[in-house]
Amino acid sequence: MKYLEAFRDGDLARRLAVVIAAEADARRRYRLMEFCGGHTHTLARYGLERLLPDNVEMIHGPGCPVCVLPTGCIEAALDLARRPGVILCSYGDMLRVPGKNGATLMKSRAAGADVRMIYSTLDALNIAQEHPEHEVVFFAIGFETTTPPTAVVVKEARRLGLKNFMVLCNHVLTPAAMEGILDVPAAEAVHVDGFIGPGHVSTVIGSHPFERFASNYGYPVVITGFEPLDILQAIRQLIRQLNEGRAELENEYSRVVSREGNLKAQALMAEVFELRDEFEWRGLGILPHSALKLRAAFAEYDAEARFAITQEAIPDHKACECAAVLRGAKRPEQCKVFATVCTPDNPLGSCMVSSEGACAAHYSYGRFVNTAPTSNVPSP
Amino acid sequence: MKRPKEFFPPLDLVRGRVELSHGSGGRATAQLIEELFVAVFDNDWLRAMNDQAAFEPPPGRLVLTTDSFVVSPLFFPGGDIGSLAVHGTVNDIAMAGARPLYLSASFIIEEGFPLADLRRIVDSMAEAARATGVAIVTGDTKVVERGKGDGVFINTTGVGSVPPEVNLGADRARPGDKIILSGSIGDHGVAILSRREHLQFETELRSDSAALHELVAIMIAAAPDLHCLRDPTRGGLAAVLNEWAHQSGVGMLIRERAIPVRPAVSAACEFLGLDPLYIANEGKLVAVCPPQCANDLVAVMRRHPLGKDAAVIGEVRADEHRFVEMETAFGGKRLVDWLSSDPLPRIC
Amino acid sequence: MCLAIPALITELREGELARVDMGGVSKEISLALLNDCEVGEWVIVHVGYALRKLDPMESEKTLLLFATAAPSL
Repeated sequence: MKYLEAFRDGDLARRLAVVIAAEADARRRYRLMEFCGGHTHTLARYGLERLLPDNVEMIHGPGCPVCVLPTGCIEAALDLARRPGVILCSYGDMLRVPGKNGATLMKSRAAGADVRMIYSTLDALNIAQEHPEHEVVFFAIGFETTTPPTAVVVKEARRLGLKNFMVLCNHVLTPAAMEGILDVPAAEAVHVDGFIGPGHVSTVIGSHPFERFASNYGYPVVITGFEPLDILQAIRQLIRQLNEGRAELENEYSRVVSREGNLKAQALMAEVFELRDEFEWRGLGILPHSALKLRAAFAEYDAEARFAITQEAIPDHKACECAAVLRGAKRPEQCKVFATVCTPDNPLGSCMVSSEGACAAHYSYGRFVNTAPTSNVPSP
Repeated sequence: MKRPKEFFPPLDLVRGRVELSHGSGGRATAQLIEELFVAVFDNDWLRAMNDQAAFEPPPGRLVLTTDSFVVSPLFFPGGDIGSLAVHGTVNDIAMAGARPLYLSASFIIEEGFPLADLRRIVDSMAEAARATGVAIVTGDTKVVERGKGDGVFINTTGVGSVPPEVNLGADRARPGDKIILSGSIGDHGVAILSRREHLQFETELRSDSAALHELVAIMIAAAPDLHCLRDPTRGGLAAVLNEWAHQSGVGMLIRERAIPVRPAVSAACEFLGLDPLYIANEGKLVAVCPPQCANDLVAVMRRHPLGKDAAVIGEVRADEHRFVEMETAFGGKRLVDWLSSDPLPRIC
Repeated sequence: MCLAIPALITELREGELARVDMGGVSKEISLALLNDCEVGEWVIVHVGYALRKLDPMESEKTLLLFATAAPSL
């Protein structure tokens, strides 16, 4: 496939790995956080970490919108799905995520709820048009990459005069999440040297929102594509920056990311959504101005308004260490319940629920490797 | 005085629909069987219109297998529920190293199902059976009320005979054995997905649904000491390898570069976020053989149309954890995990 | 996160829709998030929407970056 295969060339990958090993200073460690779940997935699926020298460590960040959704949000979706006359539409990722007592949207279908998997928000809109007698609720999740498609159908629903289409909005924001892991008390701070920055989020919001992590927080950031060569190149660039004492924003994914991003998509998002004051993130706690809700002008399409949903705060399992894993403070295999009680089939916490969650990715692709636990010690 | 011949209108196989009476066991049932199934499957057993079929037991050990087919959509590129029902059971027999002999076919049909579609399915089954050299010798028909069935469900049960020298088993993989795949993976699953509502995409990809018994026969002739054989249907190649690793108490190492995947399957998996290793195949097989047979086996398979892309994809090794590992195209390594359910398309 | 892949626009359709080709598989997607798209252009597609056009020159530049990684001896 054009524009994919070339970025997966095994020979180039090996050469890049050699360069990385040569440029990495043996006297120090490099702890690099890949923020996006998609990057975590690529690392795991291609076994890239095994190509890196021992002193370069990848820390898995919280950029998995499925993983950071609190159980209360899933319960809200389940509650709606169980109501007679409701058709709940959802992306495939959410169908097996457990709410309370192991309930999932998939299981609720077995109990009679009308839950439909869709690929595009347009599918949900079509279902609403085909079933005027039902209330069709779209379970909207995702970071800024996935938000504009929701904005499009809300406006389209208005244009078509649909009365039976609603969105249950759980869109969350990436820069806020990055701040969430960095703005913590010193005692809880995770030692990270640099970031593999979000790739597809940046196609929408541009690379400029991430400049402050370099200029204000002092971290090298490389906006990175999702193919294996992209990630290896980004690691190389981060190592160079660190060796040279620089903290800059670099854009490796220039074939689709620009500084200003997709202005049309941004305008659509601003028109339809506004910031919530605060939002609870699984594993990261309550973060201000980190999530979106529909504007009052679109209240008729807001499932929260039309159904008067109250969200329960459902705590995670006591043994769950996702909070630490999501911030990069612990590796999955350092969690006591990893791969014993907590598995993709029986996830206790958010990192195990989605295939790109740090624990799920390691379990599915990498648990055969016995990585020695590394301590959170700053490099000299 | 002779009774005048009664007039019973023939089945309208063009515009007619299946009715509850067709499953009630009375005259309408007999008519459906006679005018459709017997007419199309066309053999002496069925023409006798008995409830059972009798035959001399063939020499050697017998295998018996059964499978039910609930695929949706009923008609897809490269096949339909009918051809699948024949190939699927024939393949289960073949995976025991056995020669398929007889099939039964049971239909559970939803009231209102178009007879034209039923005819199409039955024609397809007959064609698949003829091509395989298998006879459909007995069957059953039931009709359920409208809304209580998904069009039609089919069960086929098959009988075959195993040559005495064959000793295949899921627990027979041994460290050092080679793993051989007969061709590209993911074709069937992706062809089906392409027709699913709300996922529709266009592709020239067709299901690989095919009967594998001839390929198996030449494989056994070339390598009588074959250890394991299976067709990777639901759960894909990953499921079969993990099952074998588990039952044999071994590990496996396969090479991504050696596994044939059609570009269209790759492309569909890319945008849906799926992994071809977990996608169903209906005309492929995977085998484990002692290392010294591997090259000859692959050469022999490649001379058969259903094995032209056959390749050694890895080996069995000692591993107390029974992991199936894959060397990625980069030389990195990843686990090929044993999933408990079908992977779903994802956005993340 | 956010699975998005490169696709070639092969046909423009009404309602801000387009037919794209992704490595031999064709699908109808929405161009509602972009302006002025033409047949023959490449876009990246996420959940059935084109998010951005793909810049072939930048793509070449990036590949060159990788290729100039000469192993130091």
